[in-house]
Amino acid sequence: MTTTYLEAIRRAMLTEMRADPSVFIMGEDIANYGGAFKITEGFLEEFGPERVVDTPISEAAIVGAAIGAAHMGLKPICEMQFIDFIAPAFDMIVNFAAKVRYRTGVGAGLVIRGPCGGGARAGPFHSQNVESYFANVPGLKMVAPATAHDAMGLLRSSIRDPDPVLYFEHKFLYRRVKEDLPENEDVLIPLGKARTHREGDALTLVTYGAMVYKAEEAADRVANQDGVEIEVLDLRTLRPLDTDAIVASVMKTGRLLIVHEAPRFGGFAGEITAQVCEEAFEWLDAPIRRVTAIDTPVPYSPPLEDYFLPQTEDIVTAARWLLAY
Amino acid sequence: MFRDLVRTRALEERLENLLKQGHVVGGLYRSLGQEATAVGTAMALDDGDWLAPSIRDLGAVLVRGLPPVDVVLQYTARAAGPCSGKDNTNHYTVVDLGILGPVSPLGTQLCVLNGVALTFRNRGSDRVCMTYQGEGATRTGASHEGLAFASALRLPIVVVIEHNRWAFSTRSEQLAAVRDWADVPKAYGVPTISVDGNDVLACREAGVEAVSRARRGDGPTVIVAETYRMVGHAQHDPQSYMPAEELEEWRGRDPIARYERYLLEQGLITSDELLSIRHEVDAELDAAVDQALAAAMPQPLEARTRVYDAPEPDVTPWTRGPGVAGPGAALVRT
Repeated sequence: MTTTYLEAIRRAMLTEMRADPSVFIMGEDIANYGGAFKITEGFLEEFGPERVVDTPISEAAIVGAAIGAAHMGLKPICEMQFIDFIAPAFDMIVNFAAKVRYRTGVGAGLVIRGPCGGGARAGPFHSQNVESYFANVPGLKMVAPATAHDAMGLLRSSIRDPDPVLYFEHKFLYRRVKEDLPENEDVLIPLGKARTHREGDALTLVTYGAMVYKAEEAADRVANQDGVEIEVLDLRTLRPLDTDAIVASVMKTGRLLIVHEAPRFGGFAGEITAQVCEEAFEWLDAPIRRVTAIDTPVPYSPPLEDYFLPQTEDIVTAARWLLAY
Repeated sequence: MFRDLVRTRALEERLENLLKQGHVVGGLYRSLGQEATAVGTAMALDDGDWLAPSIRDLGAVLVRGLPPVDVVLQYTARAAGPCSGKDNTNHYTVVDLGILGPVSPLGTQLCVLNGVALTFRNRGSDRVCMTYQGEGATRTGASHEGLAFASALRLPIVVVIEHNRWAFSTRSEQLAAVRDWADVPKAYGVPTISVDGNDVLACREAGVEAVSRARRGDGPTVIVAETYRMVGHAQHDPQSYMPAEELEEWRGRDPIARYERYLLEQGLITSDELLSIRHEVDAELDAAVDQALAAAMPQPLEARTRVYDAPEPDVTPWTRGPGVAGPGAALVRT
């Protein structure tokens, strides 16, 4: 059955909500309207207003209530209409949800999910990638699927996880990614495990989210034109980070290129670079390179946004520089 | 109720002494002069209800059944304390007693307690929640958003605003243009009860009324308790900004002396009985202090545990740099 990335997210929630009455969802315009992207269309009819809760426009109140409900044994899913609006809930996430198990021994298993990422010409407040805002906060987990299969399997695992999970779904992939997923497929993918998207031996390209597809395109072009194979590693989960998988691939290829859509300064590429330097420096045959967005807000106009976002050509150029080193 | 008032003040006095002796680690925030608000309102709760205190609501958690020894273990940063030494002051969450610990950013526990109230409502339970905020905390976004959320969803929750005249060193008149703090919740369609916060019986009565409304399914209520913070923000604050005549005036309204007078005048208790309550409280608290001081501090490696629901502590390699002994210190891929 052909399933879009969006439909996979929807099916993951339906599966978990049908199987476990403690799972419920809160958010803005999710019940009557079915969500800004129609992900929860029909949920209100199936599960009722107790489990599909329309809230005031107040992300702090949504996440706060999710923490309290999690303390009571429920499994809340919070929808951020756009992941950019996670910022008003920052205090609740970093000071309450992330720390409460450590401080008190009482956990807050909840999911905060929402559409992230650029390419939709949506401007500075509907296009951000927010993972680095939270990267320095122990207690959080972060997930960024690239495929419909992973979107489903990782969301189901996130809902079952006993700790707070930020689940970043890339809006550019919502209806563009289509995969054949069996109707009754029971996909559960453990958090913290990267996936080899494309095998290779000449260079390790670590990425996640929508950039997986540009990385694949770049790797194919280099294979066709230069005759060398790039290994593309899709992280899938950003925290816990699958350092073992990254290091294992680098030990095989000796070269590392990291690509992400978020701005460069303080981005995940910096952390990955540091970890590989600490753990596998002797295995590197070239410096580590990063291809990322530029250090600006996400601009609106197409020529500006295209310049802001890492493009396939940028990845090819960086890969060739590394391969020639 | 008299016993809980006395326990609250006497336990804080012991904590103050322990601070001076170097046993209490970090800050100590007292509720001197406003004990009646916390004790009286919390009396309205039953088993299975939840309560989220603010920093000056020791009385409320004692009423809910938290043993004083846990409070001393907490303030002395012991491993056996309710936060295992990982957080300070009254930040403990005790599920069995229905106590939700606050965090330092103010007003936030209202948003979290909303989720407990939402769970009660959705499960068809008649249990209710109660939380506390100083008038200073009502200026936060979390306080407003929490109240807006509770009122929109008609949650079974009671918010007690402890109008104690001071937000750290800032007078309440400087915090807002409103003069009657009961005007604030009106914007959210939430009914209010104004009460003399130094009258423990009035506070209990207000609590009972608000709790009954929540239990009936009629939504949230805000209680505004008029009281006075008789000490500085914390023990490190010399309270030099507080006018002496104002302190003197409020000293005359001391909630414990008032209730004691009332009990004697009404013939509800004898002075001998009051004295023996005080002696019993002293004995209870002395034992609690002895027990807590004999308890162990946490082992340093415990700092790594319980970040996630994982059996093993986090031993990220290289955290301390290469060549340093200890868990996670050395990892070289071969």
